[in-house]
Amino acid sequence: MAESYQEGSGAGGADFDLSQFYQIFFEEAGENLDQMEQMLLDLDLSAANDEELNGIFRCAHSIKGGAATFGFSDVAELTHQMESLLDRLRRHELQPIPQMVDVLLESADASRSLLARHQAGGQGEAVSTTSLVKRISELAAGVVPEDGPAAAPAPAPAPVAAAPAPALKAHVPGQLRKLQIHIGPLERAEQADTIKELFRDIPGLGSISDLPSPQAGVRLFAVETTSSTDDLLDLFAFHVSKEQVRFSDGDEAPAGAAAPAAPDIDPDHAVHESEPPSGGAEVSYGFFSDAPGAPSAVPAAAAKPSASKAVAAAEPKAATQAQMESTTIRVAVNKVDQLINLVGELVITQAMLAQNSRGLDAGAYQQLLAGLADLDRNTRDLQESVMSIRMIPMSIVFSRFPRMLRDLANKLGKKVELVTLGEATELDKGLVEKITDPLTHLVRNSCDHGIEMPAERLAKGKPELGTITLSASHQGGSIVIEVRDDGRGLSREKILRKAQERGLDVSDQMSDAEVWQLIFAPGFSTAEEVTDVSGRGVGMDVVKRNIAALNGSVEVDSAEGYGMKVSVRLPLTLAIMDGMSVGVGDEVYILPLSSVVESFQVNSGDVSTVAQGSQLVKVREEYMPVIALEKIFQVPRFDLNKSSNIMVVVEADGSRVALLVDELLGQHQVVVKNLETNYRKVPNVSGATILGDGTVALILDTGGLVRRARH
Amino acid sequence: MSVMGKTADSAPTGAREYLTFRLDQEEYGIDILKVQEIRGYEPPTRIANAPEFIKGVTNLRGTIVPIVDMRLKFNCAQADYNSFTVVIILNLRNRVVGIVVDSVSDVMELTPESIRAAPDIESAIDNSCILGLGSVGERMLILLDIEKLMSSVDMGLVTAAD
Repeated sequence: MAESYQEGSGAGGADFDLSQFYQIFFEEAGENLDQMEQMLLDLDLSAANDEELNGIFRCAHSIKGGAATFGFSDVAELTHQMESLLDRLRRHELQPIPQMVDVLLESADASRSLLARHQAGGQGEAVSTTSLVKRISELAAGVVPEDGPAAAPAPAPAPVAAAPAPALKAHVPGQLRKLQIHIGPLERAEQADTIKELFRDIPGLGSISDLPSPQAGVRLFAVETTSSTDDLLDLFAFHVSKEQVRFSDGDEAPAGAAAPAAPDIDPDHAVHESEPPSGGAEVSYGFFSDAPGAPSAVPAAAAKPSASKAVAAAEPKAATQAQMESTTIRVAVNKVDQLINLVGELVITQAMLAQNSRGLDAGAYQQLLAGLADLDRNTRDLQESVMSIRMIPMSIVFSRFPRMLRDLANKLGKKVELVTLGEATELDKGLVEKITDPLTHLVRNSCDHGIEMPAERLAKGKPELGTITLSASHQGGSIVIEVRDDGRGLSREKILRKAQERGLDVSDQMSDAEVWQLIFAPGFSTAEEVTDVSGRGVGMDVVKRNIAALNGSVEVDSAEGYGMKVSVRLPLTLAIMDGMSVGVGDEVYILPLSSVVESFQVNSGDVSTVAQGSQLVKVREEYMPVIALEKIFQVPRFDLNKSSNIMVVVEADGSRVALLVDELLGQHQVVVKNLETNYRKVPNVSGATILGDGTVALILDTGGLVRRARH
Repeated sequence: MSVMGKTADSAPTGAREYLTFRLDQEEYGIDILKVQEIRGYEPPTRIANAPEFIKGVTNLRGTIVPIVDMRLKFNCAQADYNSFTVVIILNLRNRVVGIVVDSVSDVMELTPESIRAAPDIESAIDNSCILGLGSVGERMLILLDIEKLMSSVDMGLVTAAD
């Protein structure tokens, strides 16, 4: 496979090491493909709703975006075609027909196997996408094939790689394996169906799919599981006898199973084998010559020819069969959350023990107290470790971009420099995963639409080299990520004109901020032509939707001719945060420490009132509104001698207010609990926590309080 | 929905079990399967601007649970909190809610024959939340569709949107 060896031919390939992101991309793409497949299968052709079509479209768009970023041009090309077809569907220019679903599903399989091939370092036979591309473009052009399924090139019988049937690979516990399970001969083949139900009913067991059965009464299944063979046998024993079950490795097909695999069973098999190698070679060469800057696009295994040969010799299947393998453990976020919650409970219990043991006689209870001190330390360490699972620096996200931008700029003939600031800002992992796609869109948009061509820039008196700045910072309780460019900025007139064309409700009196918000409308694009980079108007509505799903907000600021800035503000929705507890009357409230600026004691003379009684306090030459917590939370007073005379200045959304409280109780870490799980949203409250004595305290929503005071 | 579920569920045995509790002089019954546990009353954390009958939220082994005082909701003459005051923790469609009652009496099995339809009456609760009136000897049980009652908008436990 000569194409694997072409690495190193392009200049500048060593500038950025993208390989650490390959895995992420492959996993994301896999998820997107799965999701797309599911949505395609669920699609009701006669009454497809926009939401579904948009969803499918977005999956294709995301894969395309990622593939283009990493230089997998064959995948990008195929998904671009799929996207074109889907775009016409969601615009209702075409009516969805079953043939489209067929071809899209096949394309999804083809993409999957192309990706698998890239993941294996370009090993294995390439899949030709030429016929798929042709069929999609015909469908997109409105040509309906005479009889859909027959028009599809039927997968040819599989010339199975004739590896000597190896003994069943030694099972490593917990590792995902592909198996083929041969069940039979049975009197009634339906008996075997209960096996399939097992896989469906037992979570975590794995996945199963049918393979064509080689003879009557015998069933063949492809299984992906982490369980050991013995465990599986034990499970099956309730339904079929052990003697009737045979296991074999999933990647070598048993004799007699040469019939074409159904597309959704094992895409690696199905697609690899369905096309003649000649077509594949053409595509794969195209892939590398297309992207001169893509040398490091070959994962590490293929980067060293000798190494890849060694690997190939050691593991025959790697040479013949590219398959998606996972090197990281992907853990569901809710499992980590659960862990963090449990640690939080432990912290509370530990605090309670520490409090109760304070009065003990140190001499008599020496050992107990020593044990408690150990517990204290261990709890802290544990908490830190658990939290660190979730926190990763922004540099992980940012370092994806230089390479992407470089390729993009080359493609567009632009000169762009990327400046990143605040890479050390730590962000919750869950957020990082979700913010990456929106940021990618924003950066691509900036490069494609924002930055002008070099000649144009010079003509405008700007430096030839455009600058895109990515910055991240903590502001109050939020993280703010900005994408700034010094390009042409947004054109108010153009946006208003486009909006009118699209029938949106607009007027010339709208403020700039309102006009900028229009770019977030679904399908809105100001680009003159659709390129495979952007211009379909997908980006921004997805960006907004993704960020809103994280309880964040997006703000756009722009000056025509000078550039634009998109600020993404995300709350630090972490399960544990530093809080400051304040007392009002007999009640305790928690302020996020990150939003507390300062606190001070006030004398009655410091507070002045305005017109309707709004109170202001002057803090170092700045007047800020006063919010008496006693008032807005209607705290009952039992002890009339006490009153609020401490101000806590909090900052949110860039402005400050002073909260009037009775006393400051202390700072500690609190476990954030959702109030809405069992109750409802409470104004000015972002959540609740459990204090050391087991009672519940409400966490104040400083953003809400600030907005309340400033509106 | 739960009424339909009820008829379907009760078909095989005919009888269903109800947990009965007292509010002042009235006796109520709720489906025992909705009850998670019964606890003593501990003062919850007050929530500002909530209706009076929502006493606040409390910590149930790490879960934040709202506490509704049924006596206030049903306009009982008095609502004292003493060592006999009881909180019934309900598990309703993935939500956990506690209700404060004067006392819990017992668990009773009622057959459909012993349940009469409730006449249309003016009361603090929506008639559709009353499944019927159960007669046990001299006693009259007001059988509540507690799930429907708790998820109704005027309980203020859920936002109007959902």
